[in-house]
Amino acid sequence: MMSILLKVENVQTHIGQYHILQGVSFEAKEGQVSVLLGRNGAGKTTTLKTIMGLTPATSGTIHFQDKEITKQATHHIASSGIGYVPEDQGIFGALTVEENLKVAMRKEDDAALARQEYVLELFPDLKKYWKKDGGHLSGGQKQMLSMARAFINDSKLLLIDEPSKGLAPVVIEKVMEAIVEMKKQTTIILVEQNFIMASRIGDTYTLIDDGETVRSGQMSELVQNEELKRQYLGIG
Amino acid sequence: MELIINLLINGLATGMLIFLLAAGLTLIFGLMDVLNFAHGGLFAWGAFSGVWFYGLTNSFTIAIIGAILTGAVLGFITEKIIIKPVYGNHIQQILITLGFMIVLSEMLKVVFGPNQIAAKTPPLLSGSWEIGDVIIIKYRLFIIVVGFLVFGVFQFILKRTKIGLIVRAGVMNKEMVQALGINIKQVFLYVFMVGAALAALGGALMAPYSGVVYAEMGMEFAILAFIVVVIGGMGSFPGSLLAAILVGLAGSFMAYYVPALSLAVNMMLMAIVLIFRPQGLFTAKG
Repeated sequence: MMSILLKVENVQTHIGQYHILQGVSFEAKEGQVSVLLGRNGAGKTTTLKTIMGLTPATSGTIHFQDKEITKQATHHIASSGIGYVPEDQGIFGALTVEENLKVAMRKEDDAALARQEYVLELFPDLKKYWKKDGGHLSGGQKQMLSMARAFINDSKLLLIDEPSKGLAPVVIEKVMEAIVEMKKQTTIILVEQNFIMASRIGDTYTLIDDGETVRSGQMSELVQNEELKRQYLGIG
Repeated sequence: MELIINLLINGLATGMLIFLLAAGLTLIFGLMDVLNFAHGGLFAWGAFSGVWFYGLTNSFTIAIIGAILTGAVLGFITEKIIIKPVYGNHIQQILITLGFMIVLSEMLKVVFGPNQIAAKTPPLLSGSWEIGDVIIIKYRLFIIVVGFLVFGVFQFILKRTKIGLIVRAGVMNKEMVQALGINIKQVFLYVFMVGAALAALGGALMAPYSGVVYAEMGMEFAILAFIVVVIGGMGSFPGSLLAAILVGLAGSFMAYYVPALSLAVNMMLMAIVLIFRPQGLFTAKG
């Protein structure tokens, strides 16, 4: 039985005057890829930002490794073992690939350097463009750098927001392979619009609509549920 | 030729003093997105405390260290009490820091009295060297050397150390830096203190250069520092150095050749840069 790593319960988030999340609940189990699905503007990205404390929850609770992190500062949440890959990748454009990874590395010990070697094997392009400014990388390379940066601190959980967005199919395939590889070492919560990709790598799904969780379950069930896909994802 | 060299040295020395003030300002604006109009007040406090420590100990080294510490402590207090409540709100920042600038200036009058105070140049740095027809004033050369030294040290810190990387990353994307597990608020505080200490160092060096210190000197130099930050590019350290040298040299040459335009030249320089490169000569954002 896999243990629950992250538990989000009835989370509500306001951004300014807007009530974005109106009751999001789901669990992420250790070693799995949990996919958040829903239409544009449903609240998937805000859910990840709320977990990270970037748009703090106004009510509800978030537990990570059985500790409540709902009101914690973002840097505490990240330090507790959650890596974040934002939708825009968040690359420091004027820093080189090496520097982007160095900023992220909280401890420069042997374990961290081993993980750096691992991500460079996973993404050989990063090694190739080691001294190149992050701002000059292609969209796919930026995505790889952002994922490598989130992974480098022995993160127990990775939050990855729309990794396929704006990428060519061949690059999407590479990113997918990398996520499958990373899954062997960590737990992943993935926001993804590309249902084909999501269904191939996801173990579980959570459907979010108008800021609320409408359904959660095994990905294999959703793949076969044409009605649910049509109603909430506009496909099928 | 000797005239040109003298004007160059004058301009460079003035430019370096402005650089020390602008360097802190550009870091504070670039990283923290804070418009700190009280920065000139920290410069003036540096000047007064430098003169006070020098009078007390007769050691220029202690005077400089004392001024730097005064600046850092005032920077700590300013960030905690004045800046912290107004992060993210430029209008409130302008109002509260302008108000605090006046408070800092008036406090100088309360502590040191309302009159100008004479500032002595340390004997070792007094006088001049004559090389042919060129007269090089030692203290001005000293300021130039200190300016380049400070630039070199900070460039090294920004480019080659972890804390420097964090500051540069923070200028580009604060949210992401936090999401990597770094306490950006603490980094803000340190940067603010370092910026204030740099301003105070500038003030302490300015005192013997101008020969007197007075409470309003902060505001006068703060305007030049803001011009430098705009010309150099918000958040860019090399940009500030280049712009400060340009402003210093332009002021020096104009004051000699076209005195009527000597005050307007900085504004003209800023207007030209803004027309052709609104983001400034350099940019720190990635």
